[in-house]
Amino acid sequence: MPQTALGPEQMTTDQPPQDLAALIACPKCDAVYRATDPGTGERAVCARCHTVLIAPRKRAGKQIIAIALAVVVLVIAATIFPFLSIRAAGVVHDSSILDAALAFSSSPLLVVLSLAVAALIVFFPVMRALLAIYVLTPLVLDRPPFPGAIRAFRLSEALRPWSMAEIFAIGCAVALVKVADLALVAFGPAFWMFSALVILMMLQDSYMCRYSVWKSLEK
Amino acid sequence: MGTESCGRCGHHMVSRDTLSLQKVWAWWVVGLICYIPANLYPMLATRTLVSKDEGTIIGGAVELAHHGSWGIALIIIFASVVIPIGKFMAVAALALGVKNGSRMSPLRRHQLYEVVEYIGRWSMIDVFVVAILSSLVQLGSLASIQPGKASLFFALSVIFTMLSAQSFDSRMIWDQEDGNPDLPPARPPAPPVLPDASAQSGPETPPETAQKAPA
Repeated sequence: MPQTALGPEQMTTDQPPQDLAALIACPKCDAVYRATDPGTGERAVCARCHTVLIAPRKRAGKQIIAIALAVVVLVIAATIFPFLSIRAAGVVHDSSILDAALAFSSSPLLVVLSLAVAALIVFFPVMRALLAIYVLTPLVLDRPPFPGAIRAFRLSEALRPWSMAEIFAIGCAVALVKVADLALVAFGPAFWMFSALVILMMLQDSYMCRYSVWKSLEK
Repeated sequence: MGTESCGRCGHHMVSRDTLSLQKVWAWWVVGLICYIPANLYPMLATRTLVSKDEGTIIGGAVELAHHGSWGIALIIIFASVVIPIGKFMAVAALALGVKNGSRMSPLRRHQLYEVVEYIGRWSMIDVFVVAILSSLVQLGSLASIQPGKASLFFALSVIFTMLSAQSFDSRMIWDQEDGNPDLPPARPPAPPVLPDASAQSGPETPPETAQKAPA
């Protein structure tokens, strides 16, 4: 993917205020550039700290909405169906994601942890997907944004590091290795849903260009 | 101009968070405090027909190594000991570097910060493994696994170090290069999107200083 690094000649210190909208400050290192919209398939990268500043994609809005809908459906389904099942000496036990979250509820001290795990692997991913739908749907339809869309998008960005579904999926693999010699472990339908989910959520994040969304929200 | 909140997203606006380093250290200390019981208490209690044992994180890894599973033991040691301790050291190095200057180039320190922010979340994997194991291995009297107290402290430690890393304002790394090494003083309410000196100090860091390995 070709990258257009905004050159230092585009840095500026003495812009008249009416040009403020044309400026972009790197959120990570605060270098200021005059924003030029990159072409299709190009990205604008901060020349100083290499943070991606602008990465627009064609029809990204529709794609993100589609992915977010799929995420919501898959998470709900994945929470209900069994995730892994274990078999040893004729005893079988199923476990769903909800069971995994509730595993800590046995002792009062760990109930907090139970809630935290449920939030990290189920609620936050679903909430981010719903927020993305809420923010982007009017933008895609060329309507004015829904009320509170700005706060919704900010919340969605704040939740980004706390949505840990992909870490849970890798955790499953580790758990499998640990139990494998103790008993026979089989994947349930939810496991495959969850694998798809992880890929979808990564796509959702990589399609989302914050600069473009903020710009459209401002209109 | 000179507004209190961002005209775009409505977030409260300051040029630099003056309390950033204090928050970093506060979360850092709490994270470190939680990391101690996370290693002393048992992480998992495994009960089978014949035995019942409670293993700490390191104890579990040592046991695995005794059984010959060196690979998994190494992974566990790496994920639950090396990464968390490395994270504590990296955040401390970044915070000290802002205060006292650092031999590492800003770009290197920025990369270190990105790595810490990225890896931080992944430590949660231990807690998830405990959750999965203790919900899955419930085979009545045959074998069962219960979560131990350490899981709570480990999760807290991970969350607090994530908050510590998030409190760190990565722009402070670059402020020094721009020639204002002091932490955000009461700056005159300049147009907030325009840092004063970003133009004259070149954006590229000299490559020879970028060779030093991160702490």
